[in-house]
Amino acid sequence: MHPIVKLVSQRFALGLLLLFGASAMIFGLTEALPGDAAQAVLGQSATPESLANLREEMGLDRPALTRYFEWLGGILQGDLGQSLTNKLDIAESIGNRLGNTLFLAFWAAIVSVPLAIFLGLLAVRYRNRWPDKLISAVTLTTISIPEFLIGYVLVYFVAVKLGMFSPLAMINDSMSLGQKLNAIALPVIVLTMVVLAHMMRMTRAAILNVMQSAYIETAELKGLTNFTIIYRHALPNAIAPIVNVVMLNLAYLVVGVVVVEVVFVYPGMGQYLVDHVTKRDVPVVLACGVIFAAIYIGLNMLADIVAILANPRLRHPK
Amino acid sequence: MKNIPISAAIGLFLTAMYFVGAIFAPLLAPYGMAEVVGDVWEPSSSEYLLGTDNIGRDLLSRMIYGGRTTIFVATMATILSFTTGSILGFLAAVLGGWADQVMSRTVDLIMSIPSLITALVVLAMVPVTIPVLILVMGFLDATRVYRLARAVAVDINVMDYVEAAKLRGEGRAWVIFREILPNALSPLVAELGLRFIFMVLFISTLSFLGLGVQPPLADWGGIVKENKDGIVYGIGAALYPAVAIATLAISVNLVADWVLNRTTSLKGGRG
Repeated sequence: MHPIVKLVSQRFALGLLLLFGASAMIFGLTEALPGDAAQAVLGQSATPESLANLREEMGLDRPALTRYFEWLGGILQGDLGQSLTNKLDIAESIGNRLGNTLFLAFWAAIVSVPLAIFLGLLAVRYRNRWPDKLISAVTLTTISIPEFLIGYVLVYFVAVKLGMFSPLAMINDSMSLGQKLNAIALPVIVLTMVVLAHMMRMTRAAILNVMQSAYIETAELKGLTNFTIIYRHALPNAIAPIVNVVMLNLAYLVVGVVVVEVVFVYPGMGQYLVDHVTKRDVPVVLACGVIFAAIYIGLNMLADIVAILANPRLRHPK
Repeated sequence: MKNIPISAAIGLFLTAMYFVGAIFAPLLAPYGMAEVVGDVWEPSSSEYLLGTDNIGRDLLSRMIYGGRTTIFVATMATILSFTTGSILGFLAAVLGGWADQVMSRTVDLIMSIPSLITALVVLAMVPVTIPVLILVMGFLDATRVYRLARAVAVDINVMDYVEAAKLRGEGRAWVIFREILPNALSPLVAELGLRFIFMVLFISTLSFLGLGVQPPLADWGGIVKENKDGIVYGIGAALYPAVAIATLAISVNLVADWVLNRTTSLKGGRG
């Protein structure tokens, strides 16, 4: 078999295995920890008899392993179970919200990826001079503030003081794309700032790493200009690490979304998850946890596969 | 210690200030932590230097006590994550074989889920108290320390002096604590700063989501949550924690960078 096909399929199988392990871990956590769904419904003061009755009614008295495989089988068929608090079908409630979350993450990615690569190249070109120092000071600051605070700082200065954009990101299906984009402008800026810092720093490090190779020194000694060296020699060799960086940060974006959605009261998955953690609604938390884990694992797997594909040494096996 | 660069000195000074502030909070704070002293969201005045919060408590006192809680939780969680993470990491490197495999694959699994999501799943099940928060944050973060400690220890474990120690019959505890630990200390110390900052951000985020430190106890994330409704009216009370967290994080980062540079400058190489 061609080594690339072999490596990619190995990585894919590992991803599936991880996904399975992650679902077992999330389910196992809710089992191993004290308290369960019945306890959550009835509260701390419930009598043992009523707890036992409710457990029987909800099927919680059966062995954990049986329930795990039922739950997993349900997920594979798109059945995420029922919410404890409002008895609604979870898959239905999540469907729309997942779309909203991905919409937000998509636009944040569209803005941040090209910007990060451009700034990374710029920082390398002017290494240790003021553009590099300025970029690294600004990114260090944005890394040092939690996402939700960047959100409120922006709301305070941009939305309230300058009167631009709305402080709340309410969107619904009847809005046009333009209206939606206007509504999500601030959360997109926040997410961009958060991942941009990481992405730009990692891009800079990846290119600098390549810049220390012998062939770059040769190019320098040939008398090529700085930009030609970066563009012709460094960039092609840095593409694999950069794509890797981008994928890892997209995975990070999906998590950052959770907090940012709460700040801007955005009707997405993150807010849904946090709401139901507070209400101790175990089935919803399980379902959201598995979906977030799946997206995260999927993007990480994609990052590795892209890195394998981008490695020229593997494309031409001896 | 003599040639300490100016940025690291500033970082060290500010970090020390925050810790001193945290330890002596009751002496420094002008009012009590949960004492209602004035009107809702009073602007800053000579009486209340930062103004008052959403129910009329002095914001400066809340910030000082909040810093105490945040720094305490973050420090305890960092200590927990470092002791468990590094001991398990060293152990994995020394033992090797299936013990290493089991531990490393378990860590891979835990790290395959974002720690915020895992923390949310756990906090949905158990009551949210400070010890629980420290345990959850500490153990989730121990995975990262484990990876670093194991990677460093694997390199050290094959050195001649470790071999010599093994040959003269020293036990595993000696090898780990007397041979590996002193040599692995510098990269771990640099990482310590970064992990501490991560803990501060983590506990603030959890508190902001309402799943961290519970009121009436003050903490920086909670202050944002309590005062966020004022922002749309142009009241910036919720933004003070941003300044506090950012300055603390940047100062610790400056120190960590310096430690890291000191250790990596020993290696040669271009650039």
